Amino acid sequence: MAKVATADELGHVPETGGKNYLNQTTGIASWLTTVDHKRIGIMYLITVLVGFTLGGIFALLVRLELLTPGKTIMTAQQYNQAFTLHGAAMVFLFIIPSIPASLGNFILPIMIGAKDVAFPKLNLMSLYVFWIGAAFMLAAILSGGVDTGWTFYVPYASGVSTTSVILATFGVFVMGFSSILTGLNFIVTLHKLRAPGMTFFRMPLVLWALYATSIIQVLATPVLGITLVLLIFERAFHVGIFDPTLGGDPVLFQHFFWFYSHPAVYIMILPGMGVASEILATHSQRRIFGYKAIAFSSVAIALVSFVVWGHHMFVAGQSELSSAIFSFLTFFVAIPSGVKMFNWLGTLWGGSIKLNVPMLYGLGFLFLFAIGGLTGLFLGMVSVDLHLHDTYFVVAHFHYVMMGSTAIAFFGGLYHWWPKMTGRMYSEKLGRLAFALTFIGFNWTFFTQFILGTRGMPRRYYNYLDQFQPLHAFSTVGSWILGTGFLIMGISLLRSLKSGAPAPGDPWKGATLEWTHTASPPITENFEKPIIVTLDAYERPGQETH
Amino acid sequence: MTFDPIELGSFWMPRQSSTIASEIDFAWYVVYWFDVLMFFGLMIPMFYFIRRFRRRTDNDKVSSVTHSTALEIGWTVIPSILVIALFFVGLRGYLMASVAPANAMEIRTTAEMYMWTFTYPNGTTSVNELVVPKDKPVKLIMSSKDVLHSFYVPEFRVKQDVVPGTYTTLWFEANAKRDTVLLCTEYCGVGHSDMMAKVHVMEQADYNNWLETGRKPGDPILAPDELGKKLFTSRSCNTCHSLDGTRVQGPSFKGLFGKTEKFADGSSAQVDENYIRESLLEPTKKVVEGYPAVMPTYKGLLKENEIDALIAYIKTVK
Repeated sequence: MAKVATADELGHVPETGGKNYLNQTTGIASWLTTVDHKRIGIMYLITVLVGFTLGGIFALLVRLELLTPGKTIMTAQQYNQAFTLHGAAMVFLFIIPSIPASLGNFILPIMIGAKDVAFPKLNLMSLYVFWIGAAFMLAAILSGGVDTGWTFYVPYASGVSTTSVILATFGVFVMGFSSILTGLNFIVTLHKLRAPGMTFFRMPLVLWALYATSIIQVLATPVLGITLVLLIFERAFHVGIFDPTLGGDPVLFQHFFWFYSHPAVYIMILPGMGVASEILATHSQRRIFGYKAIAFSSVAIALVSFVVWGHHMFVAGQSELSSAIFSFLTFFVAIPSGVKMFNWLGTLWGGSIKLNVPMLYGLGFLFLFAIGGLTGLFLGMVSVDLHLHDTYFVVAHFHYVMMGSTAIAFFGGLYHWWPKMTGRMYSEKLGRLAFALTFIGFNWTFFTQFILGTRGMPRRYYNYLDQFQPLHAFSTVGSWILGTGFLIMGISLLRSLKSGAPAPGDPWKGATLEWTHTASPPITENFEKPIIVTLDAYERPGQETH
Repeated sequence: MTFDPIELGSFWMPRQSSTIASEIDFAWYVVYWFDVLMFFGLMIPMFYFIRRFRRRTDNDKVSSVTHSTALEIGWTVIPSILVIALFFVGLRGYLMASVAPANAMEIRTTAEMYMWTFTYPNGTTSVNELVVPKDKPVKLIMSSKDVLHSFYVPEFRVKQDVVPGTYTTLWFEANAKRDTVLLCTEYCGVGHSDMMAKVHVMEQADYNNWLETGRKPGDPILAPDELGKKLFTSRSCNTCHSLDGTRVQGPSFKGLFGKTEKFADGSSAQVDENYIRESLLEPTKKVVEGYPAVMPTYKGLLKENEIDALIAYIKTVK
């Protein structure tokens, strides 16, 4: 159904070379006091990439230690701190803020035709709050580390560990406010600042994903905050809440913790799904297949996510009835996830697929998310979980979802929007090489762990039975390939900043407003004149169809 | 302690050494094949589309189809039915694993940083060593002295967290005569990965004999003084009693037998079989002068033959 577009609908992508958000003002102070969502997005981006690097270094150390049973490079105590800091840095400093706060901040207002988010100053404040929280985490690392695991299970975390638990949990508590404020800001922005004609059902799908994510952030994060405050009270003042020697209940902590942290898993994956929708629709030049199904499935996942937390506790000592109910509910996460998967394939069908760097990451996401999602079914089956719970199978599963899906989508999104954010193109060659190494290294490292876990290798083990060594060593070699992939990705992006060709306003023939109506990089106000939207999401006027 | 490897029963799974294992593995393979089919069902079209619809010119024609209600309903309803079926497959095994047979033998299990203690129905205890009869349901009544731990025997496919302040239970029926390993699978601190124990599955008669004498089938038959020598370290006598006359917490065993000891209450007696026996079972009754009365009683912890063995051993220390 080809449609003749008016000149205004086609947009006229402004030329680059003039004033833009990067060179409008200069100097550190102009960045630290900015209220421009794009600059805040960039500062978040730098912050989460530092967090990712930190978490990545710990990951490589953990894998290196596991090359041999017993001591390879560190003591048991150092190992326990390394895996704790790997988890905590990756979850709280990288994945949770990664897509929403960095990419989301940058693209969300542009995609709805707005000049900025609803509360620009609050947006800047949320960044500062995040930095303060991160500083507490850093202080925890410098003052002796943390050895509780990122889950802070009691009574180990409240009464036994001698490490800096209070500093770390307080840091997470503070960062939670940043998450809540960003979520709140996005919800209000999406409700109030959409350009005329930009109805909810015309929004690019990443915005539906960010909307669903924001709802979870606002509703679930306070529960984590309260839980951590209770933990701090118990540890510091011996108020009995979770520790049975003080009259508390350790299983209660797990309920509180997962009531947030399970929805948080969807805070992590939903934006990745959204980014994948953008990449797949843009680089196959196709209107997305099943728009409403994908949009509603994001909301459905957000809602279901609140009632499945007990599947982390099948063997924790909750009642058998609870385990059965949580298992049943858990399977309903599979439905909207499957619906998305099918519709993405439908989008590829009949498209014009360009295998450039972002698209490789997008397709890599489909491959890895298929494995990550399907292996979740093993763990949802309560009898199978009796065997697999707390083994490397779980480690492999959540790395396929968190890293294989979310992180791959994030880096795909970074390549996708990089020309828009920086005004520079990157080397396709280096980008492809980075993807290939990342993809191979990732599967090498983590598919091996499905085998380890099924054979009975528990997680969080410093020492292990000799029989597991070949597989552990194999997995460790994979981590080096994976690390090299990320190193090359970093080089490809940094090099483009220095010597990349200037990016055109729309290098991808994109159909969303950031491509059709803004320059690369955009001006501070995003658009030269107010936007009126007359097209559906991903609708390409002039695109020939059959 | 060294452990036997977990024996593999297939490429993926450890061997099935309990009655529940086949049920768990059945469920595992159901979801495994379901996943394999789904994965290829998704990836074959994906790679086909990538090839078939690869961009050829900058102005390729693309499909105008943007949705299909029939497809949406199909791929919502069919997977829903399939996953509910998976739930019931999982539930069946879980119910079997949750409800212990009424005739199950109860073993009291205590976890602490970083060891496992098992107390059997007749009062015998074992540390980092679980001994069970083959073909008999066993129910563990578990609690923790400090933090969370988790009981996991891969070859049995059973796992249950051990929680301080409450009892959790788990049951299994071992169906293979073998030794395997028990692992802690809830992170519990610096010694977490070393918190392992041996599981010995033996015939009922051997189990009964072990309860009686502490001897497992295959253990060499030791002369009493040799067994006593082993017990001297395994029961930690050596932390307080030396063999070379050095004064530690308690009197040295060197030349002890036959010696006349003076006691704190002023009396004295010659060290003979009866005195050693009494000291093991009621250590505070006759405390040697000049030593603190700190020795714990070994009542219930040593078998008759073990007491004899220790006496025989002390006789040899000259």
